[in-house]
Amino acid sequence: MDVPLKWLARYVDWNLSVEELAHRLSMAGAEVESIRRSGADWDQVVVARVAAVEQHPNADRLRLATVDFGSDEPLQVVCGAPNLAPGQTVAFAHVGAQLLDPNTRELRKLRKGKIRGVTSLGMVCSERELGLSDEHEGILELDTEAELGTPLADVLGDVVLDIKPTPNRPDHFSILGIAREIAALTNGTVREPLASYTESETAANQRTSVEIDDAAGCPRYTAIVIDGVTVGPSPQWMQDALTSAGMRPINNIVDVTNYVMLEWGQPLHAFDYEILREHRIVVRRAHPDEHLQLLDGSELKLEPDDLVIADAERAVALAGIMGGAESEISDRTTTILLETANFQEASIRRSSARHTESGTEASRRFEKSLNPELAELAARRAAALIVETAGGSACRGIVDTYPGRTHQPQVVVTQRRIEQILGIQPSVETVRGLLSALGISNRWLPPDRYAVSCPPWRSDIAVADDVVEEIGRIIGYDNLPSDPLAGAVPDPDIDPERVLGERIRDVLTSLGLREIITYVTVGEDEIIATAAESGSAPASIRLQNPMNAARERMRSSLRPWGLRTFALNQREARGGLGLYEVGKTFSPRSGRLPLEERVALALLGGETASTVHGGTERELDFFDAKGILEQLGAGLGVEFQLSADAQDAALVTGQSATVNVRGKQVGVLGMVSPNVAARFDVEGDIFALELSIGDLAALMREEVTVSSPSVYPAAVEDLALIVDSSTPAGDLASAIAGNGLVEAVELFDIYSGDQIPDGSKSLAFRVYYRSPDRTLTDRDVEKARRGIVRRVESQFSAVLRDS
Amino acid sequence: MVDLAALEAEARESLAEAGDEAGLESWRIDWLGRRGRLTSVLRGVRDLPADERPAVGAGANRLKSVLEEAVTARQLELLAAVSDGPALDVSLPGRRPPLGSLHPITLTRRMMERTFRDMGFDVVEGPDVELEEYNFDRLRIPAGHPARDMWDTIWVADDGSGGPRQLLRTHTSPMQIRYLERRQPPIRVIVPGTCYRYEATDATHEWMLTQIEGLVIDEDLSFAHLKGTLEAFVRRVFGPDIETRFRCDYFPFVEPGAELGVRWQGDWLEVLGCGMVHPEIIADAGLDPDRFTGFAFGMGVERVAMLRYGVRDIRHFYRNDVRFLREFDQFRGTA
Repeated sequence: MDVPLKWLARYVDWNLSVEELAHRLSMAGAEVESIRRSGADWDQVVVARVAAVEQHPNADRLRLATVDFGSDEPLQVVCGAPNLAPGQTVAFAHVGAQLLDPNTRELRKLRKGKIRGVTSLGMVCSERELGLSDEHEGILELDTEAELGTPLADVLGDVVLDIKPTPNRPDHFSILGIAREIAALTNGTVREPLASYTESETAANQRTSVEIDDAAGCPRYTAIVIDGVTVGPSPQWMQDALTSAGMRPINNIVDVTNYVMLEWGQPLHAFDYEILREHRIVVRRAHPDEHLQLLDGSELKLEPDDLVIADAERAVALAGIMGGAESEISDRTTTILLETANFQEASIRRSSARHTESGTEASRRFEKSLNPELAELAARRAAALIVETAGGSACRGIVDTYPGRTHQPQVVVTQRRIEQILGIQPSVETVRGLLSALGISNRWLPPDRYAVSCPPWRSDIAVADDVVEEIGRIIGYDNLPSDPLAGAVPDPDIDPERVLGERIRDVLTSLGLREIITYVTVGEDEIIATAAESGSAPASIRLQNPMNAARERMRSSLRPWGLRTFALNQREARGGLGLYEVGKTFSPRSGRLPLEERVALALLGGETASTVHGGTERELDFFDAKGILEQLGAGLGVEFQLSADAQDAALVTGQSATVNVRGKQVGVLGMVSPNVAARFDVEGDIFALELSIGDLAALMREEVTVSSPSVYPAAVEDLALIVDSSTPAGDLASAIAGNGLVEAVELFDIYSGDQIPDGSKSLAFRVYYRSPDRTLTDRDVEKARRGIVRRVESQFSAVLRDS
Repeated sequence: MVDLAALEAEARESLAEAGDEAGLESWRIDWLGRRGRLTSVLRGVRDLPADERPAVGAGANRLKSVLEEAVTARQLELLAAVSDGPALDVSLPGRRPPLGSLHPITLTRRMMERTFRDMGFDVVEGPDVELEEYNFDRLRIPAGHPARDMWDTIWVADDGSGGPRQLLRTHTSPMQIRYLERRQPPIRVIVPGTCYRYEATDATHEWMLTQIEGLVIDEDLSFAHLKGTLEAFVRRVFGPDIETRFRCDYFPFVEPGAELGVRWQGDWLEVLGCGMVHPEIIADAGLDPDRFTGFAFGMGVERVAMLRYGVRDIRHFYRNDVRFLREFDQFRGTA
């Protein structure tokens, strides 16, 4: 909303700099987004009089103007404007002035020039060249008493505040609304605009009638009939005001409706009364196949949901958005019907979205939900201005159809509530003063309360705290006290899955992986490509209006974006690359909110680090990924077991395993199938570790104790066992570890070949024996070893290899 | 009679000749080993006449410990000489273990969470896919309300089940309602979570964003407590000298409503929206709004991260370019 300060000054005084004024308004809730100064560029542009006009000797359409700007020697300039006439007061730009190029809209310095052989020493400006409006047909004629030579900025310059209203304050879409803010902020008062006029003997309700078919869509419709108007230009002061607020003057009737809309925030519309069939108004939804040509020339095919203003036969305006072309005010108009109505915001919003690109001045105001009480105030103000500027006489009374009238209750606010919410107790005088300045009528009910009513231009004063906010914001939030929180600290609500997710982040980070956070939307093709079940996609949630039509599903796994992100980073990954994400996946539940599950996905691939210090470079493989899993287990206090094969369509068979805790599956580990990896542009082998945080959290031990390290020495022995080559080494290690004296088992060699029978392999384990309470003797160790050998012989047909 | 003094002199002389670890070892065998010279003296003590035994025994034992000390000293002497090693090219790269990292949003979120935890706040999360009722209606934003325009919404397609309308939450505020359904005052909680807006992306707008919601309800909390709490938060996040200001703003579920701005590198920047919990929200939770009051706030984690770390384009966060992620290695441990 553009608020020109010259216009604003008609209603309120202030004694603040522009910056301070803008700051105070912003702090109190009317955010000033920018301050624009018209005229700031008008150096070298002055008030001048056209002394004489002659025909250009060499061009039919050009003329020569002699311009008097108060100096001894008038100048002659070439001018093409058709409306140039001797005696006009105009804006004259000297050579060197900065003017807007009418075509490029860029500032350009005016130079001395020769046009068709005649030297031109300046320019008589149009509104467009001064940046005042788009008007370029003729020169700007000034209505000023200022001396010739006065800088134009002194006459026409203005400061415009661009205010961004919040949705609860449609009054901030009006000059008066801002004036009331300023009055309250500066202890001032508002000069209310005049709204009185003389009515004729004829009663308005004998000239027209208003029927509302859709009371929900139109809670109130008022009509005033004014006879005998003379349509013509509106007075200069009104044109200037409209121009300064960014609106184009049209004629005195339309200008008044726009002026009052900007003044009060209430849109109005004037119809040519004679065009209305049967001179009556029907507010209804559009008929099937109904059409309407709007003021801007566009031809609408109306939808049955569109609310229209109709006469006895057809739609004449799209309610609350734009009038129709046929009933518009023209030079021939003598009687007008002035509409001041209230329309339901949702209905206006739907029609506006359907038929306009970004709404109209009217629809933008209705969409903010106006108070129907405002209509009558604005109607009377507009009628007074029309009678003043276009003559004519208004019929007696207002035809007021008001199905949406509601009782506007008084709001009671206690002093205790003010103190409870704001932490201060302002005086009765302060409270009443600022409420009155805002136009909020109020009474003090001793000993401790106020009775307040919501003014017609607002609809946000419904409960006591709404009034408290008015008091707080006008006093200024920065002037309220500041206290630390005291009182009891509530017990926490611990979410084990959230805690586990954070722990997994910490451990994976400490293992050298980098966390990523990716988008939650994927394409269905990506879900199918990465699904564990081959050929069928898990059910997923479809979005109605996704940001990207190709990704219209909520992810059911972290895999697609994980793989894509891995590929994105491969080129930059010198050495290996390890990424992980801890995030949510979504699966539908009919008629309920989806199941949201936390999942961790780690991806690993590439080569081991540099070989500059010797050693051989190699590709990271399954066991690097398994090592991450094992260390993660160590960091979480969980023992993960692997069980081949994962049966996961996205992982390579034979190179994958399920990850289990105490026999229950919590995830998978394995090499991503090359075709899946390639689908996301991943190069080379890539290994994935995927864990369900929910499943894992359910298996975490609740009580964890730390054992003290034994102070007695360990006995260390190597044990080489020959077993069938299909025997899993891990099973053998577990069997060895099952002995009560064994503290740890490490596999350090796998051998097959010479001296080992075909189909067998030799596994060499280093076994650490230790007791918590004594030093083991050779006999203890020997006994333990014999037990182990007996067990592996019977369980795995293992043979102890002679060392 | 054994001449222990001569024996010692001889042992020391031969020790001085031992020039390396092997020399020391053979000296040890020669003198202190099982068949070493001093060992045989000690063994021979029992063959001596009874009156000589104590003196020789004691002298030989003393000599043994003297020689043990001498060999240790000689060993350290030799090691000292070895510490002059061959020259390394110290400019060669080190063998670097991989450095893992938290995502900058996690880093920032945790720093913010920690700040609130220090003030006694609980941390909970809520669903990303929400019911329209919780995201809007119960926060006093019914359908058609002009305030709905403040949030452009991504809707879940109708699954045909006839269930209520679902959407991707546009803010974390629905958790205010959900938390109030299960907890009684005193309430002091923050809710971190991902939110979604149907909004074109550019350097300062991303359709997916992380928010932290806060809700505090107790007896007689005022705007002063809102100010005190949020000022303390901002000082911890942006430094103790940060200038703050509270500006009137509008959110349908608070009254009065405000926005907190900080002066950052010369400009006032909005950091969070806040306000006193609307009495209808308190009453809807079954609490007496005359007795219980409180405040709520919501802020973007990305915005705080951008200010704190000088990130100029919000789109970096979810692109996950490792070169960008690596930039945050320098902030490790600051969360």
